[in-house]
Amino acid sequence: MRRVAITGLGAICALGRTTAEVAESLRQGRSGIAPIESTDASQLRFRNGAEVRGYSHQGYFDDRRADFIDRFAQFAVIAAREAVASAGVEWTSELRETAAIVTGSCVGGQSTEDVGFYDVYKMGLNRVHPLTIPKTMANAGASHISMEFGITGPSYTISTACSSAGHAIGQAFWMVRSGMTDLALAGGSEAPFSFGILKAWEAMRVVSPETCRPFSKDRRGMVLGEGAGMLVLEPLEAAVARGATVHAEIAGFGMSSDACHITQPSADGAAKAMRAAMRDAGVAPEAIGYVNAHGTGTLANDATETVALKAVFGAHAGKVAVSSTKSMHGHALGAAAALECLATVLALRDGVLPPTANYNIPDPECDLDVIPNHARQQQVEWAISNSFAFGGLNAVLALRKT
Amino acid sequence: MSDDLIERVRKSIATSKRIPLETVTIDSDFQQLGIDSMDAVEILFALENEFDINIPDDEVRSVRGVRDMCVGVEKLLAAKAAAAETQAGQ
Repeated sequence: MRRVAITGLGAICALGRTTAEVAESLRQGRSGIAPIESTDASQLRFRNGAEVRGYSHQGYFDDRRADFIDRFAQFAVIAAREAVASAGVEWTSELRETAAIVTGSCVGGQSTEDVGFYDVYKMGLNRVHPLTIPKTMANAGASHISMEFGITGPSYTISTACSSAGHAIGQAFWMVRSGMTDLALAGGSEAPFSFGILKAWEAMRVVSPETCRPFSKDRRGMVLGEGAGMLVLEPLEAAVARGATVHAEIAGFGMSSDACHITQPSADGAAKAMRAAMRDAGVAPEAIGYVNAHGTGTLANDATETVALKAVFGAHAGKVAVSSTKSMHGHALGAAAALECLATVLALRDGVLPPTANYNIPDPECDLDVIPNHARQQQVEWAISNSFAFGGLNAVLALRKT
Repeated sequence: MSDDLIERVRKSIATSKRIPLETVTIDSDFQQLGIDSMDAVEILFALENEFDINIPDDEVRSVRGVRDMCVGVEKLLAAKAAAAETQAGQ
């Protein structure tokens, strides 16, 4: 089986509009969480979100093209463009025919749907915009990426709530590793800042009325985020041969399902996915130096994830550095795992571990080395990136420094 | 606390959790009734609709059973009535 290199990175989120900007924010420990701007939040129990502030399609898409693409899919294309450009992909007709695209999204273009439903339910109009369906479908990101680059190989979208992009990157990794394709674009995108969606999150009572403080005793919940992260994956040998920059390797992918509860997390399910990823990578738990945690900042997740990490790492749990970058880019749902995988790649590549921002008070139930508030200069050989979705569907990626 | 209020709270819990009304008494605690965090969120939604009140997260953190819930609802109803009176007075 082939080793798999990450040769291209693309990102847009509350921390910046390019990977370099996102990397700088992570390094500074600067949170992108701020009062919600794109939707009227005055009737919500929470005020803050991690938005791509001031975003407009202009400069990215001409007006007519933008008409066809919901914000979530625009983010997917923007991140894919950066990833492909940074990888220096040299397109040949054969590569276009065989390259794969695997994207993740949780709610797809529900913001577009929200507008259409408002028109018929509230405004009493008798029709919705004819582009509502193609803008709403969760696979629109993958479809627009394929059109952008003329990629005609296998392309599809995975929707597993907060693990979507983790499953997407994992699948793409396996496709490249097995020889099914020689290039894959993989990641996730999301844009959930629409009033109806925010109301639905409010009703779950898991969104913090202030900011997101993962693993801190005074944590009060998650904060929603938006954006996209995309990676270009290639066989390591071919990437090296063509002189590409290899940012890191994906070495393992593990999945599990809790089979337990539709919203409550399970330590057993989370631990099982972490073990599966390390087994797939052929790496021992003791070799892992950094964990990008799922770390949502809810009472239940962070305590449960701590139990799972202790079960997996045993005595090593006290030595491994763990942080939740959701404290900075928010919980971007179907894009979360892509942004977090990207943060993990940067940590390995640059030797700077991103912090858990907004951290105040140690919690005995989360007694890990959570890199509070300030990034840490530390060279790490191996890392894992955790994603545990509502519905109990878990995806963990194992990454290795190149 | 009025019997009517207790009845309506019991009924909201029983309907939402789909358990017989007689199993929900003023002294039941949520753990006994097998109410988990998602059930609790649904019950709050039902109570907000039943009483036309807004139950903030902070108010429910210490609620462990039916009696606590009734006390909380009564408090919120009193606040609502006071607010309505102030508004009428203006």
